[in-house]
Amino acid sequence: MPDMKEKYDQLQQVIEELKDQPGALMPVLQKAQGIFGCVPMDVQKIIAEGLGVTLSEVYGVATFYAQFTLEPAGKYIISVCMGTACYVKGSQKVLDKLSEELNVPVGKTSADGLFTLNATRCLGACGLAPVMTVNEEVYGRLTPDDIPGIIAKYRELG
Amino acid sequence: MENFITLTIDGVKVEVPAGTTVLEAAKKAGINIPTLCYLKDVNAIGACRMCVVNAGGRGLQAACVLPATDGMNVKTNTPEIRAYRKTLLELVLSNHDKKCLTCPRSTNCELQQLCRDLGVENGDAFAGTQNVYEIDDASPSIVRDNNKCILCRRCVATCDKVQNVGVIGAVNRGFVTSIESPWNLKLNDMACINCGQCITACPVGALYEKDSTKKVWDLINDETKHVVVQPAPAVRAALGEEFGYPMGTSVTGKMVAALRRMGFDKVFDTDFAADLTIMEEGTELVKRVTEGGVLPMITSCSPGWIKFCETYYPEFIPNLSSCKSPHEMLGAVTKSYYAEKAGIDAKDIKVVSVMPCTAKKFEAGREELAATGYPDVDEVITTRELAHMIKEAGIDFNMLPDEDFDDLLGESTGAGVIFGATGGVMEAALRTAYNLITGDELDNVDFDAVRGTEGIKEATVKVGDLDVSVAVAHGTGNASKLLDMIKSGEKKYTFIEVMGCPGGCVTGGGQPIVSAQTKLTCDPKVERAKALYGEDAGKAKRKSHENEQVKKLYAEYLGTPNSHKAHELLHTHYVKREKYSK
Repeated sequence: MPDMKEKYDQLQQVIEELKDQPGALMPVLQKAQGIFGCVPMDVQKIIAEGLGVTLSEVYGVATFYAQFTLEPAGKYIISVCMGTACYVKGSQKVLDKLSEELNVPVGKTSADGLFTLNATRCLGACGLAPVMTVNEEVYGRLTPDDIPGIIAKYRELG
Repeated sequence: MENFITLTIDGVKVEVPAGTTVLEAAKKAGINIPTLCYLKDVNAIGACRMCVVNAGGRGLQAACVLPATDGMNVKTNTPEIRAYRKTLLELVLSNHDKKCLTCPRSTNCELQQLCRDLGVENGDAFAGTQNVYEIDDASPSIVRDNNKCILCRRCVATCDKVQNVGVIGAVNRGFVTSIESPWNLKLNDMACINCGQCITACPVGALYEKDSTKKVWDLINDETKHVVVQPAPAVRAALGEEFGYPMGTSVTGKMVAALRRMGFDKVFDTDFAADLTIMEEGTELVKRVTEGGVLPMITSCSPGWIKFCETYYPEFIPNLSSCKSPHEMLGAVTKSYYAEKAGIDAKDIKVVSVMPCTAKKFEAGREELAATGYPDVDEVITTRELAHMIKEAGIDFNMLPDEDFDDLLGESTGAGVIFGATGGVMEAALRTAYNLITGDELDNVDFDAVRGTEGIKEATVKVGDLDVSVAVAHGTGNASKLLDMIKSGEKKYTFIEVMGCPGGCVTGGGQPIVSAQTKLTCDPKVERAKALYGEDAGKAKRKSHENEQVKKLYAEYLGTPNSHKAHELLHTHYVKREKYSK
């Protein structure tokens, strides 16, 4: 894991590389999201100054696209499918159970920084409905009762 | 030769230069196409779809961004288009706080006007969820009420493109999109320059000035206070519009009568202080030129410009004239010279400024502007607020006689009057600087090169043996361009006038609001400036140093321009400000 200074150096390098190309804001934000795992205020200020655009513009783009997050995400990103098939098979109950078990509202990260809970559109695994993913791992045919066990497994991994 | 094209709009043939939009061409053909997000020279993004027309293409097209082409046949008002626009308005209303009766923009709201013109019958045709926003009234100048916002982005374009400030923008996506500062910070926590140009761009009541009328009524009604009022030059050039006078009508005499009837104890004139400013600033300029001071010297009358310079170009702070702005000078002189003359304790005198400006509300709160130990100016109201107070007081403005300002601090020359238009301070300064440097008087006092609405104006003026190179910029976006050219060494000047608002004070953020439809064919910058230049031309005295009451003030109290006493009362200093305060 690079330390913070290295991350900021990396960001400056990205800005230097891209600043003269038109529409540099999107690729710079994408790289920044990759480097920091999110684009918090100080990172957005550096981007605004580096590219000569206003902070309002950077923030506007960062909040428009779902791929950018303003706060750091958890180590495990849980995405519960809210597509039609999963929804009729009870994914809302799964989501509610997760929210209760992790004590975190949808879209937010748990206090221990381990889990970020998201509701997503169709994941394309309708045959396994209701479905959720934890990072790259897929869990299908879920019931709310399955949730505590799954979460416990990740808590043990830390 | 300009290339002309001919097109037909609603059966009317019209010839226009190539590059004209269908919206502009229609106006020329005598056809009004309704608009909402469009603002001439500022915002043409085809977003609101109100101006859709049938130009024979696929679907309806937005006229504000549709170039007119030769032989084009356009229909702007078919039953289909009318139904389409009506539905659009109903959709806008579905997420609009419809408290029109108490809205500051009622009767002057573009959305309200369109709903009436286009015959919208049901404001709740698409009733459903509405976003609820907290009102941001932390700024001393500007209130933002997103519950009224229709997301047209005219304010965003004005703040960013015209003023080069950009402290608001569209945030989030879809139904929850809103116009905000980053991280939902309040405007007051951003590097907003308080110019209020966003207010004059807003079609609805989502942006308006922080109200000071109640405080002013309280002062007037306080028997223990001696309340002095002063209106800025540009107020008289626009106040009449609020009472049905055509744009460009000067209403100086009626304005004075109204102020007196409202109950102010003295009606002094900021124009007097404009003449006083010229005496101080002209002397400062001559000193800088002859004694090797920092050049170019830049004017300091506009508080929006000052805050812009302090925040975005702090390296130019030494270039700013140390002169306070005219109304602050008048406040300081009122609480010292006038207080002594009238035998009133300065603590019992309250000064109210009527300004075309929302940034003056911020300026009045600057702690360093308190020469007598009390604030130089206690309250600031805009031209719009004054109009409101006159109506509230039941004064029939149109029936008022013309009255004169009170003596002592009420006389002004033509030079003081033109302060309200871009280039006016420069022209006034040149008229007096000529006398200061050469000892002679100018025969022709008109400096046409610094008049007009071009963003940056330049001139080289012969003053005796000296060639004085001057520049004028209005709108902080134009000021940025000018300062960047000076920084790069591309340009060199001796004296620069900057006004924070495009057009100068006549089109300041506190002036009566002109609709986007009116601005399509009429430029308030030009029309209102005419009122001031007309008043100047009609004055017997047109040079600040000829002002008898100003001369008397120096003879009896201040001594000479830039004297120790003048410095104490009439000059100030500036601070570097952070772009990101949080």
